[in-house]
Amino acid sequence: MPSTTIAGRQINVNDEGFLLDPDDWTEDLGAEFARLIGVEMTEDHWKLVRYLRQDYKAQGETPTLRRVSTQTGMPVKQLFTLFPGKPAKKMAYVAGVPKPKGCV
Amino acid sequence: MTTTQKSLVVLGAGTAGTMVANKLRHRLPKSDWKITVVDKTDIHDYQPGYLFIPFGMNTPDQIRKSKHAFIHDGIELVLADIDRVDAEAKSVSLTGGRTLTYDYLVIASGTSPRPDQTPGMLGDEWHRSVGEFYTYEGSVALRDALDAFTGGRLVVHITELPFKCPVAPLEFTFLADDYLKGRGLRDRTELVFVTPLDGAFTKPVASKELGHLLKERGVTVETDFMVESIDQERKVLISYDEREVPYDQLVTIPLNMGADFVARSGLGDDLNYVPVDKHTSQSTQYPEIFALGDASNIPTSKAGSVAHFSVEVFVENFLELVAGKPMTHSFDGHANCFVESGQGKALLLDFNYDTEPLTGTFPIAKIGPMTLLKESRANHVGKLAFRHVYWNVLLPGRPIGLPAQMSMTGKIPADATA
Repeated sequence: MPSTTIAGRQINVNDEGFLLDPDDWTEDLGAEFARLIGVEMTEDHWKLVRYLRQDYKAQGETPTLRRVSTQTGMPVKQLFTLFPGKPAKKMAYVAGVPKPKGCV
Repeated sequence: MTTTQKSLVVLGAGTAGTMVANKLRHRLPKSDWKITVVDKTDIHDYQPGYLFIPFGMNTPDQIRKSKHAFIHDGIELVLADIDRVDAEAKSVSLTGGRTLTYDYLVIASGTSPRPDQTPGMLGDEWHRSVGEFYTYEGSVALRDALDAFTGGRLVVHITELPFKCPVAPLEFTFLADDYLKGRGLRDRTELVFVTPLDGAFTKPVASKELGHLLKERGVTVETDFMVESIDQERKVLISYDEREVPYDQLVTIPLNMGADFVARSGLGDDLNYVPVDKHTSQSTQYPEIFALGDASNIPTSKAGSVAHFSVEVFVENFLELVAGKPMTHSFDGHANCFVESGQGKALLLDFNYDTEPLTGTFPIAKIGPMTLLKESRANHVGKLAFRHVYWNVLLPGRPIGLPAQMSMTGKIPADATA
């Protein structure tokens, strides 16, 4: 299991760089993850990240894009603008929750 | 009927609903239990056959039968639309006014393609240049569209996950490659596979194996594509991040959703699937409600094999539950899927909640005759023969001789990084 030093802290990540333990997450760490993938965090970004963390805690799994959109009221199109290319994956990465399974 | 007779209501007479009703009818005394099954139509299609219709490998009449022929004596089959479930009152209202009360309810109303959920998918070209093979009508229409196809861009497209039988779009692509070669059109056709995933399939090991097969067959793969709309006039798929994929013939897998009555009854998630305990299929909201087959939110494939294996576990648990005992059986998410790979061959995938698809042989360790995660002719023959097993063994609820619990004997975990 790779570990890495981010924002001055030693943390454990998986081979795709996702945080292994969501409880290790802090806002500083989130900001650093965002910087690593070239995302500049605005209040809308933080709103989504906070929702992801709260929903993951309640449901035990990372919400799908559809769920994020319906629950936060933010159109899917906007999710793609805020986290370009792969919003589901990028949001999860910044929020320190597991990569969405995409189901099976 | 005595006043102490209990009532089990099953919503949906597809694979899971039919099996559950038949199996429980044999195990529960008629004097104690009334079993009622509700479905909106008497038509039962062998859904895996939809894949073969466009290529003329199954005829429409081979895959369509009457539901009532498969529902055993002692079970009432009610043909009606379901308005809503009142979980507090333990009753189901049917459109037309009839109300059924239950002690236990099984929701087995499956999942359905919803082309209405993507702007531009329905329209004049629906079931023409915008084809699909997840309904009887769609697969027959696609047979005609392919018949008239003379080359160009044939695009196979997945809208969103989860959807029924997640390997079917790949199988369609492999079979289309064969079909086009047979008609001398392959050189004039660009085959394109468009997916919201970052690879060919959801499970990394199988994704790798299936990705190779796509490459071998010269299929272009467009990944991470989340469709926003379809422009039928310009014949393009448009993604949320404004990429466009042009097509001459589109074969789309629309968004899949559970039944609308599930949402109306307040029993569903964002896609109308019933949240359940993934090992017992028991509703997380109401202990007397269970959801089986595609209707639930369990994190494994929406597939007939899953319906079959989970029904077997459920039946044993249910008998314990009504006897006042704890439920001791646990479903492991076992899925067992044939994947047609063209040229008269198929792969077989075997996996569960915790295990990636395995290599080895199936169903008998070291003997087979079928091979896991590897193309073989025996797998293809097995897949074609399964239609008979489905009608004659599976739906009547006869034992099929395959354990519900996945066995590791004779199977070798494949290395995802190999």
